[in-house]
Amino acid sequence: MSTSSNLKVTPLIDVHKEFRGKLVPFAGWKMPIQFQGVIPEHQCVRDGVGIFDVSHMGEIEIRGPSAKSLVQKLMTNDIDSMQDNQVLYTLMCLETGGVVDDLLVHRFSEDHYFLCVNASNTEKDFQWILKNSDSYDVAILNTSSVTAQFAVQGKNSEALLQKLCATQLNEIKYYHFEKVKIHNFESIIARTGYTGEDGFEIYIDARHAETVFRAIMDTGKEFNLQPIGLGARDTLRMEMGYALYGNEINEQSKPLEAGLGWVIKLGKEDFIGKTELEKQKKAGNKRKLAGIRLLDRGVLRPHYQILKNGTSVGELTSGTFSPSLNTGIGLCYVSSEYAEPGKKLEVKIRKLNVPAELVKLPFLPTRVKKN
Amino acid sequence: MEVPKDLLYTLEHEWIRVNGKNAVIGITQFAQDQLGDIVFVELPEVGSLIEKESPFGVVESVKTVSDLFAPVGGKVTKVNKELETNPEIINNEPFGEGWIVEIELSEAKDLESLLDPDAYTEQCEKEME
Repeated sequence: MSTSSNLKVTPLIDVHKEFRGKLVPFAGWKMPIQFQGVIPEHQCVRDGVGIFDVSHMGEIEIRGPSAKSLVQKLMTNDIDSMQDNQVLYTLMCLETGGVVDDLLVHRFSEDHYFLCVNASNTEKDFQWILKNSDSYDVAILNTSSVTAQFAVQGKNSEALLQKLCATQLNEIKYYHFEKVKIHNFESIIARTGYTGEDGFEIYIDARHAETVFRAIMDTGKEFNLQPIGLGARDTLRMEMGYALYGNEINEQSKPLEAGLGWVIKLGKEDFIGKTELEKQKKAGNKRKLAGIRLLDRGVLRPHYQILKNGTSVGELTSGTFSPSLNTGIGLCYVSSEYAEPGKKLEVKIRKLNVPAELVKLPFLPTRVKKN
Repeated sequence: MEVPKDLLYTLEHEWIRVNGKNAVIGITQFAQDQLGDIVFVELPEVGSLIEKESPFGVVESVKTVSDLFAPVGGKVTKVNKELETNPEIINNEPFGEGWIVEIELSEAKDLESLLDPDAYTEQCEKEME
């Protein structure tokens, strides 16, 4: 068990304390789980705009003449199809098809990429990339410790950030990024996020993080901007049905079962895991990831069993109470024969079997700006 | 941190208000603050027996599940039905409208091991370190 003394802190730790964030250990970091409360923070992002410190996320840069071919070999999605300043969501798999990580690839040029990876996987990913790069002419840098990251999410995020940048943010399309001076500091601003709202993720030198974060908070007053903790980050992503590494996917899971076939391009040249994933695709899915919602009062949690006529037919991987729908929701793996929206099942919650139904994802319509 | 002087407390952050052989039980300001937004409460049946230090119900916030432990043993005489539709009352008024159950005490001596307000305040301060 880790003690608070060996937890890493982001450059914004003092700001979190000042805003009365409740700090908890998360993936080896001391992070704010909430400020004013998960529900009001969730609503703040759905209704207007909120800011998240996600500096615990990892950043890995890959540069050099072989950068494109290395990234193409490591990733399941088609890196060759990317343009400069584009972002692509992808998986990085083991030869077994299990998932090393899910991540965002940003392309500066075909000899320079940067990856945004999960905090808990940063070191593992870095080692995995190094290990697989022997015959490639590249430099691989783990820049996580010198890079801060904020997410500004919600329909007012563009109007707010525009007040701090000269670059026209409306020209940054969904899943694209630009080098932008924000409050006069160099940053990378991408139109990406994990909430289902329009919004941006900002990467910035850790030394300037606090200054810029405070400038955004000050400018955000007129938009009623609030700091948002990891609690609401989780409820927001769950309403969108977004997978979370460690819950829906891990090194043992089959990404096709997780509904991630759209980022696995079996038609592209060889990539790590391709042979096994082709086999899995041929064999078909025994179980599938689905959205589930309680039809009675209650809250869903990971590992609750899903029952049909008293027999287990699946298990939850994530669960919570949806502040938008005012009901228990979750993500679950369920036997393929039952995995259709509208299917009525039960969830075992302590001693009770509570009625539930499978739901087509996302639980709420996404409001990201797809051009 | 509010700790009313007329109540007794447990290490698990329940409070109990004794009135003759009846007692009302709830969770403290400290407990609701630790849990965050409460969205579900599982109540025992009226007439059921609850045992000292055993779970008799559940409170769930968005973030977490927490068992309710009985400060004393007894028979449930009333439950706060209002919590089924408005569980957030516990966040707003943990010592008042957010009460959880009323019981008829089985053993008055069960009360002896409970914390007085000063001892409970000290306990909360320790946990906030």
